Amino acid sequence: MGDKTDVWQGTLALMVLKTLETMGPLHGYGIARRIEQTSGNLLSLNYGTLYPALLKLEQEGSIASEWGMSENKRKAKFYKLTRAGRKQLEREARDWEQAAAIVGRFLAPSGERA
Amino acid sequence: MKKLRAMTARVAGLFSAPRREREIADELESHLELHIEDNLRSGMAAEEARRAAILKLGGVEQVKQIYRERGTVPFMEALVYDLRFAIRQLGKYPGFSLTAALVLAIGIGASTAIFSAVNPILFRTLPYPDAGRIMMIWEMRSGGSPMDVTFGTFHGLSERNRSFDAMAVMKPWQPTMLGTREPERFEGQRVSADYFRVLGIEPMVGRDFNASDDRHNGPNVVVLSDALWRRRFAGDRAIVGQKVTLDDTLYTVIGVMPRWFEDVLAPAAQLWAPLQYDPSLPPDGREWGHHLRMVGRLSPGVSKTQARNEITVILHSLAQMYAKGYDSSGGAPDGMIVNPLQDDIARGVKPALLAILGAVLLVLLIACVNVINLLLARGAQRGAEFAMRHALGAGRLRLVQQLLTESLLLALIGGALGILLAKVGVRLLVALSPADLPRLGAIRVDHAVLFFALGITTLVGLVVGLMPALHASRSDPHTGLQQSSRTTAGNHQLTRRALVVSEVAIALVLLASAGLLLRSIQRLFAIPPGFDASHMLTLQVQEYGRRFDSDGARARFFEQALQAVREVPGVTDAAFTSQLPLSGDYESFGVEFEAYPNEIAGPGFRYAVSPGYFEMMRIPLRRGRLLTERDRAGAPVAVVLSESYAKRMFPHRDPIGQRVRIGPNIGHADKPWGMIVGVVGDVKQLSLALNDSDAFYTTPTQWDWVDDVQSLVVRTRGDAAAMAPAIREAIWSIDKDQPIVRIATMDQLVAASEAQRHFALVLFAAFAVAGLLLAATGIYGVLSGSVTERTREIGVRAALGASPRAILSMVLRQGMKLAGVGTLLGLVVAAVASRALITLLFGISSLDPLTYLGVIAVLLSVSAIACWLPAHRAARVDPAITLRAE
Repeated sequence: MGDKTDVWQGTLALMVLKTLETMGPLHGYGIARRIEQTSGNLLSLNYGTLYPALLKLEQEGSIASEWGMSENKRKAKFYKLTRAGRKQLEREARDWEQAAAIVGRFLAPSGERA
Repeated sequence: MKKLRAMTARVAGLFSAPRREREIADELESHLELHIEDNLRSGMAAEEARRAAILKLGGVEQVKQIYRERGTVPFMEALVYDLRFAIRQLGKYPGFSLTAALVLAIGIGASTAIFSAVNPILFRTLPYPDAGRIMMIWEMRSGGSPMDVTFGTFHGLSERNRSFDAMAVMKPWQPTMLGTREPERFEGQRVSADYFRVLGIEPMVGRDFNASDDRHNGPNVVVLSDALWRRRFAGDRAIVGQKVTLDDTLYTVIGVMPRWFEDVLAPAAQLWAPLQYDPSLPPDGREWGHHLRMVGRLSPGVSKTQARNEITVILHSLAQMYAKGYDSSGGAPDGMIVNPLQDDIARGVKPALLAILGAVLLVLLIACVNVINLLLARGAQRGAEFAMRHALGAGRLRLVQQLLTESLLLALIGGALGILLAKVGVRLLVALSPADLPRLGAIRVDHAVLFFALGITTLVGLVVGLMPALHASRSDPHTGLQQSSRTTAGNHQLTRRALVVSEVAIALVLLASAGLLLRSIQRLFAIPPGFDASHMLTLQVQEYGRRFDSDGARARFFEQALQAVREVPGVTDAAFTSQLPLSGDYESFGVEFEAYPNEIAGPGFRYAVSPGYFEMMRIPLRRGRLLTERDRAGAPVAVVLSESYAKRMFPHRDPIGQRVRIGPNIGHADKPWGMIVGVVGDVKQLSLALNDSDAFYTTPTQWDWVDDVQSLVVRTRGDAAAMAPAIREAIWSIDKDQPIVRIATMDQLVAASEAQRHFALVLFAAFAVAGLLLAATGIYGVLSGSVTERTREIGVRAALGASPRAILSMVLRQGMKLAGVGTLLGLVVAAVASRALITLLFGISSLDPLTYLGVIAVLLSVSAIACWLPAHRAARVDPAITLRAE
């Protein structure tokens, strides 16, 4: 169980970073909705797990937070990507693509291997 | 890197927990609102919108908990919690906290200061590579005690031995350099070529001595200390190869030692020059006197016993080569002694330092016991709090952890204060310390000392906290929650009484030690030195320069100077002597008595004194006559013996008229005899404690050479110290280039000669007073605590007719019983422990009954005062009020 959570957490972090890169500063609820939308609602996110992940990213210095006003004038905590976060995103995205490519080759039609 | 950063953030998070709690609550709240709004917009009913949002978030409390754990480090969170609580607790009772911290500060500060003084001498290895291989080498007297080596011994051993990589000898050298204002005399060393190689240190600038420097009539070269180089030559590297003038002679500077170089063999040395002795000199020459100290570096794998055996064999074969009179003290040497340098320099002071270290640890112990007592008293008051915590589910371990945190915090505050105290204390120690304390320059609060302080602080925190913590955690929550609990209070009281008894016992040990030292010093200073030390100023005058190369010129200068000093108003008498009693001077020679043919009598102190010296010193004449102006060069040599020497040599005969040969003349049949003309009273030369008073006196002109360093002794009408400038001017009026050093009144010299005992006494007295006060507060604390707890019982007694007097005596008796038991216990311990002091004691046994009686009296009276206050309070308990309070 623990391993799966870790993997999930890892990918969740990547999604958060990518979301913040695309959308700019965003609050937790916004990030959660955006992740669901991007996944074409294939992913159902338990919103509660998002906040510890955000805290971890903040402690690692990848994102920074600040209280602000939401589009409909509600007080909310906004997260934004830091320079270190941008680098982390680049690196992790590359790693992920590589991993996906490798797995992809394994799953590709067997004829190509000959 | 990322992990580290996260960890830092989490540890930092320990200190911002409440703020973070609020933030996450706010954030989740705003999240819900945003979600609900969205849900409403998508057409849900208000109730449904809220429910869906909460469901999707997945339990607010759960998220908060995960968030909380993620935000900090859980086990450390408990620690931080304990720490916050401890700080609050200490802040709530500032009186208690301050007292406890100060008591600990005294204990930790004193032990840290003493440790810093003891560490470089006893524990830290000397600052040389492979310092353990550096050995001090002595010739052995027939009694087994060490003696300086002769040049012949050194030369013979260094040529033949295979045990040492290098050997060297050294002797003091005090060259004079003319400064801008007054002539300056430096401390230095004449050393053989391998001196620095033995120590394993090379000059930082320039080069080391080599064999061609250290030969008879070799070049005049000198190596400077870093301090001298910086002070006199502005740290200029170009100094190497330049010439400096020392004692009217040009010396070429060949090197400068590194700044960190410490010459433990001559701590004050500023410059070093080669010895340049002539090995071809006959064995009865001056160079063969026992006046050189010798060091050697053992070859790897050679033990000191092997080395000693080898060089002892060589020594015996050397002695056989010069069958008649191997050296100037006569007789064949008994053997060699090889001691590690570290042990050798510590030898004289080790017993004193260990005793002082022991004493300071006792003070620390009393301080700890005192604080344990305070904490136990506090614990008794906090019984209800502990019971409550326990009832709410705090485990025993958790409770102990919390209380230990408190005591560690207390110790930490005490330790911090203690280190400040130690910094002041070390400066005080160095100022107070006897001049012969080795490695004085290395005494400071350094890393090792801070580490020690931290170590004992932690230890103290644990020791002090453990007993009260176990006590508190053991108490039964049920009884604890009830307001008045008898059994636990009784338990506490028992422990606390045992602790007070031990405090009193330790205080007695300290007091007894201090008392024994005090009595020793009193005894010592009551011993007559053999001369009248009152109103006496002493100065060491050194002749310097080429113009004094002839003995005649030297003698003339001292005679003229003496004349000038006698004319100074306020001076009643003055004289010169080659060595001054109780000043640290030590020069002895053998004597050949005609009455004992073919034998050279054991050495006596040699004094060359100006006529009138005995009268000036008020040394009594026992037989014959004193030395006069007529005992000059050319006249028959007149010798005066000390009483003990005369008695030893002539137990049944009149010594007057007996013939002797002295100094370099001994053993030479062709040299004329001198004659004993008088016997004078014994004088203490080395120490008041030593009965070593064999001595012989001649006038300076009848000795084989005129000493170039002499001590002027002056008797004054008023305050001796105030006369110093006038006397100095009088000497400089004869020749302004003569350095004058070691200016001191005789009283100061007498005091300084017992500096080590005095130093120990001052420290022991301070520790004993601290111990006494702490023990007294301990008794007071326990007794007054017990009175408070027994207020009701006392009230009942009073109501039933006990008179205030009876209650007073009841409490007094209770307190004095503790003091009495403690005293008895202390007596037993002191009787054993005071044996450690034996080398410092003088004239009394370590079980001196008078000392013990006095100490017991002091301890019991102070205890009585400490008991009186709570007893008095108990006697005034008003039965009506106490009983109504129930």
